[in-house]
Amino acid sequence: MLSSPSESRGAEGGTGYDLAVIGAGPAGLAAVVAAADRGLRCVLLDAGSGLGGQYYRHPDPALRAARPDRLHHHWSTFTALAARLAEHQKVGQVDVLVRHHVFLLEPEAATGHPWRLHTTATAKSGAATTVRLDARAVLLATGAYERQLPFPGWTLPGVVTAGGAQAMLKAGLVLPGRRVVVAGSGPLLLAVAASLTAAGATVPALLEAAGYLGYARRPGALAAVPGKLVEGVTHGAALTRHAVRPRTGHAVVAVHGTDRVRAVTVARLDRDWRPLPGTERRIACDALAVGHGLVPQLELATELGAATRTVPDGTLALRVDARQRTTVPGLWAAGETCGVGGAELALAEGELAASAIAGQAPPAALLARRRRLRAFAELMASVHRPGPGWTEWLSPDTEVCRCEEVPAARIAEAVQELGAGDARTVKLLTRAGMGWCQGRMCGPAVACLAGADGAAPDRRPFSCPVRLGDLAELPPS
Amino acid sequence: MRPPRPRPRTPAALAAATPGPAHTFEFDGRVIPALPGQSIAAALWAQGILAWRTTRVGGRPRGAFCGIGACYDCLATVNGHPNQRTCLLPAEPGDSVTTQEGHGRAELAV
Repeated sequence: MLSSPSESRGAEGGTGYDLAVIGAGPAGLAAVVAAADRGLRCVLLDAGSGLGGQYYRHPDPALRAARPDRLHHHWSTFTALAARLAEHQKVGQVDVLVRHHVFLLEPEAATGHPWRLHTTATAKSGAATTVRLDARAVLLATGAYERQLPFPGWTLPGVVTAGGAQAMLKAGLVLPGRRVVVAGSGPLLLAVAASLTAAGATVPALLEAAGYLGYARRPGALAAVPGKLVEGVTHGAALTRHAVRPRTGHAVVAVHGTDRVRAVTVARLDRDWRPLPGTERRIACDALAVGHGLVPQLELATELGAATRTVPDGTLALRVDARQRTTVPGLWAAGETCGVGGAELALAEGELAASAIAGQAPPAALLARRRRLRAFAELMASVHRPGPGWTEWLSPDTEVCRCEEVPAARIAEAVQELGAGDARTVKLLTRAGMGWCQGRMCGPAVACLAGADGAAPDRRPFSCPVRLGDLAELPPS
Repeated sequence: MRPPRPRPRTPAALAAATPGPAHTFEFDGRVIPALPGQSIAAALWAQGILAWRTTRVGGRPRGAFCGIGACYDCLATVNGHPNQRTCLLPAEPGDSVTTQEGHGRAELAV
């Protein structure tokens, strides 16, 4: 186990890993176990404190949760993977580095190991905390974060992302409030509302901006994945028990309160997500969990010039071939980085990538499963693509960029009066996307307001903020 | 036969958690209990505290938003170190957490 500051493995001794897997969620876990099974010496890295990523996020062992499975679907899949990983760790086939965020992936052909990974610790700061390591192949399994569309009041304490409410519940066994409105778009909302009610919260409203009828347009893609239907019905039954009925074609268009959430205004939407005048209704609550789908996390790959594709929901995903290869030699991707599709697809893609990296032909059954699940993912993405009318939720003083506190009016000015036509120019003129999160929260909204929805991917040298002191410790290359 | 007593609906009951006794840390002079294994943000949520940062421009309150370390809205000063993501940091006994004002460089007097 590597833990000491500024340690480097494989660089000097020339004993780098065969494979570095970045991200310990479903795709990364499946990949690292499958690769180790095939004899590859691997390292698995994750910025979080434990294995599982966001999907299998679970209480810290110190909370002594006897039934973490109640927070999950298919929990036994995770425990089986974790057990196999532990076996590989025991014999030194796999090293695991948690709380290590890979901030830079550097081509390093001179050492005979094409990749050098630079990591920064996500633990309490103090001492220097960078670690470098080398690998012949890298698999990106960095998952996704949530897409947010701004609306008046969304910066008030008590407004949390839907996935954030789920993450804090799964990891810390806490709720943001007792009466939690759930809103946005995408199947995650059903899971979040079901979890919150099971954990004791009241969900006075569950609002889906899109409709579900879109799924019926492609009955073939739906029928090919019966598991997805079962999951939907399971959530539906859980919600019915708590008298929560999803309301489609509705959105939260304003949050009320001075220092925290007291109520929200919901409105019915037309098919372009434009609020219909006269349909507004106020709902008292002490928290709002909101999200509009997921955005693949790609920065390590796009910085290297990896090609992307536009997913039907308007997000960008890495373009991969039938063996999960990106367009950058030696760089592979699996799971949500290739387009959001859920845990089952991520597991299949992780295993496919591992077999290909090990030089084996992909198993036919696995290819077929991926094809079915990917087709469903594309259907899901098209159903929940935000309608262009969401921008009518904004008022001039609605903050779009949370970090730099840039209101919608300033972005409109950059676009209409100063001629900005893309997110990058808006950023330069207004600072939107220039703060701590580097546009992860406001990026999709700013791109849309700039009239450049789904344009070029972000290119940024580091995937997360790094302390100058940590950079200063890096040896000259 | 009597029906089984319904389980109280709480997060801990849902996961059948039996954590050890809470320890405490300090937040702006208040003593906050935290269960072993909880993040600083989770312990504050458990006390109904949703904000522990004020913004640089508007001085507005903020707390945990994304819960997974992506949004940086949950920054606080922890044991004198500003800009710490409290949703990622485990609360440890005796930690001192203070509301981070503005850019978090108050102690540098800049």
